[in-house]
Amino acid sequence: MTSADLRIAEGVERGPRVSFRCDGREVEAHEGESLAAALWASGLRADAGERTEGPPFRVLFCAMGVCQQCVVLVDGVRVEACRVPVRAGLDVRTQS
Amino acid sequence: MSAMIDVIILGAGPAGAAAAVEAARRGLKVLLVDEAVAAGGQVYRIAPGIRARDATPEREAGDAIRASLAASRVDARFGHRVWQVERNAASFAVHTVNATGPVTLTARALIVAGGAVERHIPIDGWDRPGVMGLAGATVLLKAQCMLPGRDVVVAGAGPLLLAVAAGIVHGGGRVAAVVDLQPRSRWLRDWRSLASRPDLLARGARWMATLLASRTPMLHGSALRRIEGDPVVSAVVVTRLDAVGAVVADGVERTIACDAVCLGFGLHPATDITRLLGAAHAFDAAHGGWHVVTDEHQSTSIAGLFVCGDAAGIAGAAAAPWSGRVAAVAVDRHLGRVSAAEALSAVTPMVAKRDRAARFGRAMTQVAEGGDGIVLAIAPETPVCLCEQVSRATIDAAVDAGATTLSEVKSATRCGMGPCGGRLCEDAAARLIGLRTGTTRAAVGMATGRPPLRPVALDHLAGEFDYDALPIAQPSPL
Repeated sequence: MTSADLRIAEGVERGPRVSFRCDGREVEAHEGESLAAALWASGLRADAGERTEGPPFRVLFCAMGVCQQCVVLVDGVRVEACRVPVRAGLDVRTQS
Repeated sequence: MSAMIDVIILGAGPAGAAAAVEAARRGLKVLLVDEAVAAGGQVYRIAPGIRARDATPEREAGDAIRASLAASRVDARFGHRVWQVERNAASFAVHTVNATGPVTLTARALIVAGGAVERHIPIDGWDRPGVMGLAGATVLLKAQCMLPGRDVVVAGAGPLLLAVAAGIVHGGGRVAAVVDLQPRSRWLRDWRSLASRPDLLARGARWMATLLASRTPMLHGSALRRIEGDPVVSAVVVTRLDAVGAVVADGVERTIACDAVCLGFGLHPATDITRLLGAAHAFDAAHGGWHVVTDEHQSTSIAGLFVCGDAAGIAGAAAAPWSGRVAAVAVDRHLGRVSAAEALSAVTPMVAKRDRAARFGRAMTQVAEGGDGIVLAIAPETPVCLCEQVSRATIDAAVDAGATTLSEVKSATRCGMGPCGGRLCEDAAARLIGLRTGTTRAAVGMATGRPPLRPVALDHLAGEFDYDALPIAQPSPL
């Protein structure tokens, strides 16, 4: 499965293409997409590590800021990935 | 300092937005607060910059709400996350955090339009990566125009099953199976209520037609036994339920391969803010479970506190704007700006429209109401609380040791004490406790509401704290 597969292409207008880094890996997305959705489309599902507090990491479960499973560090700040719009140059880390 | 705000409305979904527009139209000073970037709530959510060229009825309804707000005198504050709400002598203080820091807002009255939370029933493997809520899947499909997977199992109960499955097919994905707790006949039992909203019924029929045309397997009266994967989802194991919805002990199981699972069992009202304020609540399955008690005019047991939309009992998006407008009139009356007779004549037609639209939403709530069978079938080692990793066996052990209420089980096991605030697990935990003790959900009770309502950074909580302002007592004279 390629990462472009999950974006519905037909009849959908998206923002300009941007790239950001997640755990050092380059991820392509469209400006305005939620970070959780962009990571989901990139094929990321979970991280390999254990978390010391809160639920185990999942890229997407409630997608509306409730479950706290998609919490990541964006430019060093803890945020829910589902509530952050993608911008060029974000530095995302899935391990807190 | 600006003049006192008349009313703060929490939540800019269809109920809160309509309440705000009606209150502003009546001349009230209104603040509308929401953590999203735009109005619409979860049901009409959009992501800026992503737009499908063909508008759905949901997009059109959401656009209409956003346009009516823009044309009103409502002061809308988006991107504000509410973490604490306090009641003072004749006002309410709402503590929020936005992108730049803490913001406290105060008003003479408060309307809570916090909407609903998806109900989950734990299943072996529901914590695997690749499993998402049905509500989350609708956000992904509608706001992000993205598929949950290429080959998806859609499972649980309620109208979102059809909405999500049809959305996946429309978007070019494949639905490996729809696994519906309810037998096919259950959808027809409330046809009279469904007929009250022919537009919504037609929408459901179109979803069904999409699924039939794509030859999507529809497994009614069935449930997931397990979600398998290593660790990411690769298959589900499905079993049929008997006539009373119980899992047959040695029933035939069927494995269906998939790359994602969308799972949910209807909605329950969001009660976090009203619990925090100490308003009276009641349990009623027909309203989606625990809900704040409201009278005919959306007033709660606390003077100046009003609740509208699904937060006051699941009634659906069609009823929401009417309950919002009723709440706005009730605030106008509470502030003494209109007479009782004027208020009554204004709300009477709104109440009739609200109640008629609510019949459809309530029927859908009944369809989503899962029986006890699959709760009883939760495996001992299955995690119920994901934040704190509390299994069913741990909850059962706490009950066997004497705990009878949700609060007691919570303090004994930490179930519901993690960062999600118990929103994902408390309903399932309470059902398990009730079934094991043989008591009602009313007796099992709710968890006490406590701040912070949502996780916020500690420096935000302490943001307005000033050490120099601490009152230090003068030493007493010798």
